[in-house]
Amino acid sequence: MMDDARRARQGRLRWHCRRALLELDIVFQRFWERQEARQAEGLHDGLDEETEAALERLLELQDHDLWEMVSGRTTTNDPQLEGLIENLRRQ
Amino acid sequence: MNYTVRKFDAVIVGAGGAGLRAAIQLSEAGLKTAVITKVFPTRSHTVAAQGGVAASLGNSEEDHWHWHMYDTVKGSDWLGDQDAIEYMCRKANEVVIELEHYGMPFDRLDNGRIYQRPFGGHMSNFGEKPVRRSCAAADRTGHAMLHAMYQRNVKVNTQFFVEWQALDLVRDADGDVLGVTAMEMETGEIVVFEAKATIFASGGAGRIYYSSTNAFINTGDGLGMAARAGIPLEDMEFWQFHPTGVAGAGVLITEGVRGEGGILRNSAGERFMERYAPNAKDLASRDVVSRAMTTEINEGRGCGPNKDFVLLDITHLPPETIMKRLPGIHEIALQFAGVDCLKESIPVVPTAHYQMGGIPTNFLGQVVVPKNGNHAEPVPGFYAAGECACASVHGANRLGTNSLLDLLVFGKSAGETAVADLKRSAAAHKPLPKEAIDRTLARLDRLNRQTEGSNVDETRLAMQRNMQKNCGVFRFKDLLKQGVERILEIEERVAHTEIRDKSRVFNTARIEALELDNQIEVAKATMISAAARLESRGAHVRDDAPDTPERPNGRDDANWLKHTLWFREGNRLDYKPVHMKPLTVDTIELKKRAY
Ligand SMILES: Cc1cc2nc3c(=O)[nH]c(=O)nc-3n(C[C@H](O)[C@H](O)[C@H](O)COP(=O)(O)OP(=O)(O)OC[C@H]3O[C@@H](n4cnc5c(N)ncnc54)[C@H](O)[C@@H]3O)c2cc1C
Repeated sequence: MMDDARRARQGRLRWHCRRALLELDIVFQRFWERQEARQAEGLHDGLDEETEAALERLLELQDHDLWEMVSGRTTTNDPQLEGLIENLRRQ
Repeated sequence: MNYTVRKFDAVIVGAGGAGLRAAIQLSEAGLKTAVITKVFPTRSHTVAAQGGVAASLGNSEEDHWHWHMYDTVKGSDWLGDQDAIEYMCRKANEVVIELEHYGMPFDRLDNGRIYQRPFGGHMSNFGEKPVRRSCAAADRTGHAMLHAMYQRNVKVNTQFFVEWQALDLVRDADGDVLGVTAMEMETGEIVVFEAKATIFASGGAGRIYYSSTNAFINTGDGLGMAARAGIPLEDMEFWQFHPTGVAGAGVLITEGVRGEGGILRNSAGERFMERYAPNAKDLASRDVVSRAMTTEINEGRGCGPNKDFVLLDITHLPPETIMKRLPGIHEIALQFAGVDCLKESIPVVPTAHYQMGGIPTNFLGQVVVPKNGNHAEPVPGFYAAGECACASVHGANRLGTNSLLDLLVFGKSAGETAVADLKRSAAAHKPLPKEAIDRTLARLDRLNRQTEGSNVDETRLAMQRNMQKNCGVFRFKDLLKQGVERILEIEERVAHTEIRDKSRVFNTARIEALELDNQIEVAKATMISAAARLESRGAHVRDDAPDTPERPNGRDDANWLKHTLWFREGNRLDYKPVHMKPLTVDTIELKKRAY
């Protein structure tokens, strides 16, 4: 079970996935749907701390920069963000 | 439930272009100003605007505000108020230059002046030929605009309340507006923001449609709040659709794709635009293409298992052209349609893009309602600007690049008017009636206690599908009638939404349920206003109001040259005259809208 602090942290993360560009809204919506599906299957108990931390950093980016990264027009040399971007690109 | 009260001179709901522009005006005047926003200001939907902002600067060729005014009146299909349109077009240069002074990095000509490019519907010399009128900052105009104005606000000490959701308008027995109630997402705390001036700049409601180019945040909160507080909504039947949104996702595929040779095809593979527009074909204007697509789908020639989209084919173009001239399209098709557009066609549908109607205002940014025989009496303490407001400059159809201009001009005028009104009014705040907060508390309480209620996602989806099917680009009497019945049923379900998670902190389920309360108001206003307007005009096109010699384009000026006002109570409709008289120039006389 998730404690209140973690639930709050994930709630905040989810809200920060509301973006100015529809493209990103949809990409993040799918991301969370995949998380929920895995959680329902008992494969994990919410995001792990590392992914959470990476997501927090990623969500600090400006929307256009973020979309360019997700759509593969720019790259990052941060290995943690790279993994997350890979994950986000899955359809 | 507990709440606290915080006092300000002015409170603004929304930190997009309109809200930020209004805030500058108030804070510069030394007023204590709060801006409440659901998301960080530079994540407001204004960021998505790329095309630019219109102003007749005449930097590259001769231009004049009067020509811009003519284009806007014509674009509006004569439903726009000509005083407001003159005001906006005359003010355009001033607000764009101000923005430059705030640090907006406009594209420039070699001589250092702002570079301008042409945009659909903007012409020189009263409709003669296209003119360069749009000012842009690369393909990030909206983003650059928000950044420049946010910085300016920080300098002049505007107080931002980020990740707060405004819930309801506070009015007293006189009908005066005294502020808003809001919830802090971080804590779930309810606060009354008490203010002598309340400005709504909460953006559009594109998410009432199933297929929309708008980000998820565009839920029309300001419109819902106004409607619940007894303020009517104006001209809500008028929605601009973009012909090519990716089916199922809504993500916009730019007009440039057809410009480069993209072809629309039906289930038989036929290039159907040849039948509808033999000359322009796939490059005909937005509304012509959208209606043709809808006709193909309605007549059973749509594609896919449900025959509910058409295909945009660019497979005949050289891959180098696609990758070089249309960057991003390959990835959009892949991500959102799951197709490799070099080899397969992209499924597309006409997609809701921009709301022309909204909270009724005049060109001073004051919210106006019918009262004591006056059809536009200002509501004391209440102002609105941007996509949530209806000034009305866009009338029945908006010209591209005119909405960013609308934000700047009417954001500023709403701020200016509020400053002037505050100078004249009493120093103290009016007493806050206790009942004023009750509506919000009752709504939250209902949501917390609801059992065996309806699911928020499912109810929202039912509303969106109803809007798309029964009140889309091309409208039919029977479908509208069905649509009205259906939306009233869905309203019942919205009144009984249930959330399982009742936690206080960043509870996104609660936020979305409260948003749906607003969306349903906008959906009802749209459907009911559309069913009642028995003509075709601008973006509202009815099958039973076709183009005839007596009524060109199906427009019926004798009976329908008037603004709709929808009132939530009893779903009552009222109408008010269009302001045909500009401020200083002659009326632009009624004519058939043809390009
Ligand atoms: C893809 C796309 C491209 C476009 N391109 C152009 C273009 O090139 N040129 C042009 O002129 N127009 C364009 N438009 C239209 C234009 O971008 C919008 O009309 C305009 O940006 C709306 O600005 P706004 O300030 O009214 O609202 P927004 O920018 O949408 O801001 C709304 C604000 O209200 C806040 N808010 C909403 N509800 C609440 C609540 N309950 N509590 C607290 N805060 C709330 C939000 O957080 C946000 O800060 C485009 C639109 C789209 C969808």
